Amino acid sequence: MTAPMPVRQPEPPEKPPPATSEKAPGQVRPSRLLAPLRETGKLFALAVAVARAIFRRPFQVREFIEQFWFVASVTILPAALVSIPFGAVIALQVGSLTQQLGAQSFTGGASVLAVIQQASPLIVALLISGAAGSAICADLGSRKIREELDAMEVMGVSPIQRLVVPRVLATMLVAVLLNGLISVVGTLGGYFFNVIMQDGTPGAYLASFSALAQLPDLYISEFKALIFGFIAGIVAAYRGLNPRGGPKGVGDAVNQSVVITFMLLFFVNMVLTAIYLQIVPAKGS
Amino acid sequence: MGIEVVVEGLTKSFGKQNIWQDVSLTLPAGEVSVMLGPSGTGKTVFLKSIIGLLKPEQGRVLINGVDMVNSPERDIMETRKLFGLMFQDGALFGSMSLFDNIAFPLREHTRKKESEIRRIVMERIDIVGLLGAEGKLPGEISGGMRKRAGLARALVLDPQIILCDEPDSGLDPVRTAYLSQLLIDLNAQIDATMLIVTHNLDIAATVPDNMGMLFCRNLVTFGPREVLLTSDTPVVSQFLAGRREGPIGMSEEKDAATLAAEQLADTVPLPTGPRTVVPQLEPSPGMPVRQGALRRRERVMSMMGQLPEAARTAILDSYAPAAGGARA
Repeated sequence: MTAPMPVRQPEPPEKPPPATSEKAPGQVRPSRLLAPLRETGKLFALAVAVARAIFRRPFQVREFIEQFWFVASVTILPAALVSIPFGAVIALQVGSLTQQLGAQSFTGGASVLAVIQQASPLIVALLISGAAGSAICADLGSRKIREELDAMEVMGVSPIQRLVVPRVLATMLVAVLLNGLISVVGTLGGYFFNVIMQDGTPGAYLASFSALAQLPDLYISEFKALIFGFIAGIVAAYRGLNPRGGPKGVGDAVNQSVVITFMLLFFVNMVLTAIYLQIVPAKGS
Repeated sequence: MGIEVVVEGLTKSFGKQNIWQDVSLTLPAGEVSVMLGPSGTGKTVFLKSIIGLLKPEQGRVLINGVDMVNSPERDIMETRKLFGLMFQDGALFGSMSLFDNIAFPLREHTRKKESEIRRIVMERIDIVGLLGAEGKLPGEISGGMRKRAGLARALVLDPQIILCDEPDSGLDPVRTAYLSQLLIDLNAQIDATMLIVTHNLDIAATVPDNMGMLFCRNLVTFGPREVLLTSDTPVVSQFLAGRREGPIGMSEEKDAATLAAEQLADTVPLPTGPRTVVPQLEPSPGMPVRQGALRRRERVMSMMGQLPEAARTAILDSYAPAAGGARA
């Protein structure tokens, strides 16, 4: 038989024209420059969807309690352990500064304000995003790539309502409670170091405390913690729901979720502090 | 009785890559349909588009008046409760036992008592042959068992539309045969509309009432099973025979030059002539008569004039003994 073997010829005689007909006429190619904007928009869309789903019945009580317990259990111990040295550092630093200025009797008030208004919400932010957010992101991400979330949606159950809402609410509640815990532990740590290590007097510490601190300081602190908990939960859920390609993608998503949350929280903290200092008059002024 | 699924002009692309375009078909209520196609022709994408997980750019999927592509999310969620979807690898919840997995839809959508849930779930577990494994986690069982558990979960809400994504992959031939029989028995019992996506030729030949085939970004054909089984369209006959010679290549379609070379080299005559159509599976003894099959008979008889000659003969042949009285 002389027929040639059916091998693929090196070059097909006529190439089909490059796929222009397949492209829809009105389709604009998404620009790479706008990618961050698009992601931000989707993040906000998720935040709105979650905020709306919070009020939709039935509320997932069981899932909420489980998540609350989980988030609390991974954050309480590190929070307490971090807040003692943090309170101590601030007490020592402020103490030595006020000593040089001759305002030693105000150490108590200054360090307490620093702990309650700034340090405590930021420690909450670190722990909530680092410990709770990463766990939530990894959990949702691995469910997503195993098609569990698709399966849930197919059964007519919204993953946002069933999984994301309880997690976000759990991080918010834990953040608020954790902030209280850190404020107390940090203040006690500062008191201990000021009085025992720097020979401050308990009376002066408490007097300056009540002279400078006021209740709105605590409110803004708790409010910050609430917002931080919400942001950490939303970012973790967003990255977890949209991992890119397989198990490696989930790892990357967790990493990104922690980094994004950190940057967002520090920025939001700055904005909230600036607004607070403008609208709430300092005590005694 | 099942629900009719009407697909009109569906087109789906991922970025620049067009998956399929202008797919229109109707899954008749209560009948079993199979969608065939070589690997990678978007069969799973088609399934996910029907249920609204993926949003095609153009076209509609109408179920009970709800468009699964464009309707508000709330309506789509509600309509999904009519569906049971069996995922390719089961898609079970990894943190729950098989029992909890299968009970999940009941617990989410009904207010049944736990004892009632237990009864229903155990019944479904029995149907798919998983009794004794209900306490295991999905990670602790074989792929075939996960698949069957996924089917049990899809069945637990008595769906009106059942979609199966490659029910045979990962199963041995015997289990596949059992599964085929199970699907037919289910259809006889609950009269649900079924769509099975597969490339298993045994399932394709024996299970469906209707068959379609996706190839090269298009729906090649969709109609009564005899039309495809007797078709002499090169793509269809190549696929059903499992030959290398034909328009389907290793990756996608072959280019024209290879095809031409192949035709020149083709000296061994391919078996031609009308292929025999294997009879369709009947429900097991004791099962009710399939209402879908009765409706289909009416429907096919009325469209006889539009069908090709070979298909017409095959249909008349398949109905000839039935007319004798066995099922009348």
